[in-house]
Amino acid sequence: MAERAEQKIVSATGNMMVTEAFRQADPDVVCAYPITPQTTIVEGFAKCVANGQVHTEFVTVESEHSSMSACIGSAQAGARTFTATSSQGLAYMYEELPIAAGMRLPIVMANANRAISAPINIHCDHSDVMGARDTGWLLFFAEDAQEAYDNTMIAIRTAEDKDVQLPVMTTLDGFITTHAMERAELMNDEAAKEFLGERTPLFPLLDTENPIAAGMFADQDSYFELHKALRDAVTASKPVIKRIGDEWAELSGRPFDFVDAWGCDDADYIIVVLGSAAGNARHQARLLREKGVKAGVARIRVFRPFPYEELVAALHGAKAVAVLDRSENFGGEYGPVGLEVATALYNAKETIPLKNYMFGLGGHDVTLEQMEQVYEDLEKLAAGTIDGSIEYLGNR
Amino acid sequence: MSELVEIRWHARAGQGAVTAAKLVAETALSQGRYMQAMPEYGPERTGAPLKAYTRVCDTPIEVHNNITNPQIVVVLDETLLDLENVTEGMAQDGTVILNTRMTPAEAREKLGVSDKVTVATVDASGIAMATIHRNIPNTPIVAALSKVTGVIPYDEFVQHLKTTFGKKFSQQIIDANLESVKRAYEEVQQ
Repeated sequence: MAERAEQKIVSATGNMMVTEAFRQADPDVVCAYPITPQTTIVEGFAKCVANGQVHTEFVTVESEHSSMSACIGSAQAGARTFTATSSQGLAYMYEELPIAAGMRLPIVMANANRAISAPINIHCDHSDVMGARDTGWLLFFAEDAQEAYDNTMIAIRTAEDKDVQLPVMTTLDGFITTHAMERAELMNDEAAKEFLGERTPLFPLLDTENPIAAGMFADQDSYFELHKALRDAVTASKPVIKRIGDEWAELSGRPFDFVDAWGCDDADYIIVVLGSAAGNARHQARLLREKGVKAGVARIRVFRPFPYEELVAALHGAKAVAVLDRSENFGGEYGPVGLEVATALYNAKETIPLKNYMFGLGGHDVTLEQMEQVYEDLEKLAAGTIDGSIEYLGNR
Repeated sequence: MSELVEIRWHARAGQGAVTAAKLVAETALSQGRYMQAMPEYGPERTGAPLKAYTRVCDTPIEVHNNITNPQIVVVLDETLLDLENVTEGMAQDGTVILNTRMTPAEAREKLGVSDKVTVATVDASGIAMATIHRNIPNTPIVAALSKVTGVIPYDEFVQHLKTTFGKKFSQQIIDANLESVKRAYEEVQQ
């Protein structure tokens, strides 16, 4: 059991905290291209390189497509490899993302969650990361600057664990988390470095004593089976994430859960949400509890692999549940989080009424009034006077 | 949750409002409190109107939205008074700190606020021109904010200013800022 380690209280933005995690991990290679609101991560890390605080080959490229391509080569060679991006940059990387996962390369990428064009918009939503949802990457969502740091630390260990060997995207909400200055705790370098260790590549391309071929062709006889193997690998990463998350929790004193279930034990009405908006939901839930309304919030911290059991446990016993989605599913009904929650409840034979909301797209301000409206709706949903169809929350 | 203080800053890009928002937050942090400081982001153009926000609290802050119902409004550029309603959503017994040569009575009339609202004025731009020799009224207005509201103690603020500016600026600039802060603290009226 690890002892609680010494930490420093700092004022930092989410991007600064990701940079600190990168610095402490001292990666062999960082290859990145700047894009708002991710830029200050790579800017900050470039300073660490220039100041000699890390021993990193910092590769500047002409695009995100090249950035991820270089990361794939670097990770396959055996190097600890990080990058960061956002929005159109992530979209431009898309072609390479499934390759990183399919080749089982433990790349860690921070994503500043930002809307996708058109119209062009630099602010927060989750349409960039949800566009990369099905690529085989593990997906973590931070609520604040502190968790942007904690999730990155857990992501690095998880990706490189011998039983995982998968790329991890550690995401933080654009501007709301990337650029807001908050109080946070930074682990001392020694304890952080000991926690992170070094990457031990299983089959590095540069191990010329044991030559391998990577990025092979797979035909009808094996592509299908390899996809099943990748699915199993993503699912099987769950206990490893839990083990590493718990280890970090012991060291840092900050709890780790796949689902941060606030007040869910006895809640009648629960909001399910990802990222920075959870605090607003929780604040409203506290106010409602003062009035005797049993409100709860289930915030999903790990979206891939999806924590079905933990979520069902959090929602069990509720009279009605609302799922807030920050990315569209045009022409469908529920957004990506809504679909997962519906799947979780259906497969667990839970019949809790469910309603889905689209909120906060393109940085649309997430207000306490919106959260209050959702909880009011849930009472009506439980009473059967409204249905569960999707709504645009706070739409003018 | 009652100890949460929310401050909204109105300024033009280049006047140092974001730095001011952070100075207040970091001074609170140095006292062991919790804080947030963030600008409302948009296209960045010097001279364009912008808002920034500061939250200070004795306990962890979990809300992450813009501040629409501030207790305190700080206006670094009085020409904004003709462009926007700076007191929109402000608490009925809120406080407005204004960078202007107007008297508090004149400013109150211009703002059109009730007697319950505290209105304080300071010629922060004049002080900045006389001391820093540039129209960057951010540090003097924070001193005025400290005196009028007590949201951060003045001595802690000065100490924090010395520490953070000491890392970035020459002694001459630090001294000029300290002088501007001292003058604003003495000259603010309400």
